[in-house]
Amino acid sequence: MAFIDYYQILGIDKTATPKVIKDAYRKLARKYHPDLNPNNQDAKANFQQINEANEVLSDPEKRKKYDQYGNDWQHANEFEQQKQQQKQSSRSQSGGGFSGGQNAGDFSDFFESMFGGSAGGRGRQVKYRGEDYTTEIHLQLLEAYKTHKQTLTVNGRDIRITIPAGVENGQIIKIAGHGGAGTNGGPNGDLYITFSVANHSSFKRLDDNLFATIDLDIYTAVLGGEITVDTLEGKVKLKVKPETQNGTKVNLKGKGFPVYKNEGQFGGLQITYAVKVPTNLTDKQKKLFEELRQIKG
Amino acid sequence: MKTKYLISIDDFCTNHHIDVSFISSLQQTGLIEITTIEESGFIEADQLLLLEKYVRFYYEMDINLEGIETVTYLLQKINSLQHEIGTLNNRLRLYESE
Repeated sequence: MAFIDYYQILGIDKTATPKVIKDAYRKLARKYHPDLNPNNQDAKANFQQINEANEVLSDPEKRKKYDQYGNDWQHANEFEQQKQQQKQSSRSQSGGGFSGGQNAGDFSDFFESMFGGSAGGRGRQVKYRGEDYTTEIHLQLLEAYKTHKQTLTVNGRDIRITIPAGVENGQIIKIAGHGGAGTNGGPNGDLYITFSVANHSSFKRLDDNLFATIDLDIYTAVLGGEITVDTLEGKVKLKVKPETQNGTKVNLKGKGFPVYKNEGQFGGLQITYAVKVPTNLTDKQKKLFEELRQIKG
Repeated sequence: MKTKYLISIDDFCTNHHIDVSFISSLQQTGLIEITTIEESGFIEADQLLLLEKYVRFYYEMDINLEGIETVTYLLQKINSLQHEIGTLNNRLRLYESE
């Protein structure tokens, strides 16, 4: 665990006044605060450092302790204990100190080792909203097709959520109050879930619509007929018009993907016909095609 | 009929140690909406996170009201662009594997 130079983090001198510390903190907070940098993990990490530096340097007692021990911070607790033992005879223990805070996870090991992980400290009762958590859920296309429940473990807590059908790849949903716990009565943070929907099916998806390419033999394309095609709900029969051209598109209404949070509504399925020219023809087939060529007019 | 949950502005200001005039200024600039019932001001619960964000902008980051307006506009723009990137990425996937 390395010593952290809080003065360097805030870009200030060791003799900085409280006003200079406050100004430096605010200037950096305006640059890195998560409110101003949504979904930016680097900014979040930077802000935690700045917040920690401010937490120590803006609190006279913490700053005094930090300045006093500096690089010898690892022995700070031993020195403190010795001091307390000496004073014990003359006064009762205050019972104060820097007790473990709910938000300890937001602070570095160095901070927790020196100050016990409290965000509030003695005398300051600033309310802090808990940290926002982010996580990712990976789904297959078929899993995103149906509303289902899933249990997530976020920071050791199990959270059961309902994933509505039709969730999009890259979509972010917020579960309010399921982030980190607030400090000093501050509200909990939120949980942001990003969905990653993998598609290994034969369908392509865009919003609520599905797209598929179906091979069509030349005979059905020329003469028409009935074929069976796959949809996510099972197989459906489809009439093919005579003289169907290669690349013809057919729209099947309501056979696409569910519309997010609109139960019972579905997008369409667009089928593109890929007419296949037969190969490995027999002599008889070749002869018949030759006849067709002769009479094509 | 949908039930609206309201939070008293006086309670909010007491809990956050802020001045009521700040909330009034936010209302005047159109950043939040206040519902008045029997001469008392309330905000809808779904505006709470937004209001807390404005409080952090103003009191923690020392951003004035004009700054908050600008930041809010730019954050909305970032959000809309991020959404557009997501949509375009999904559309790109449609053609990538062809």
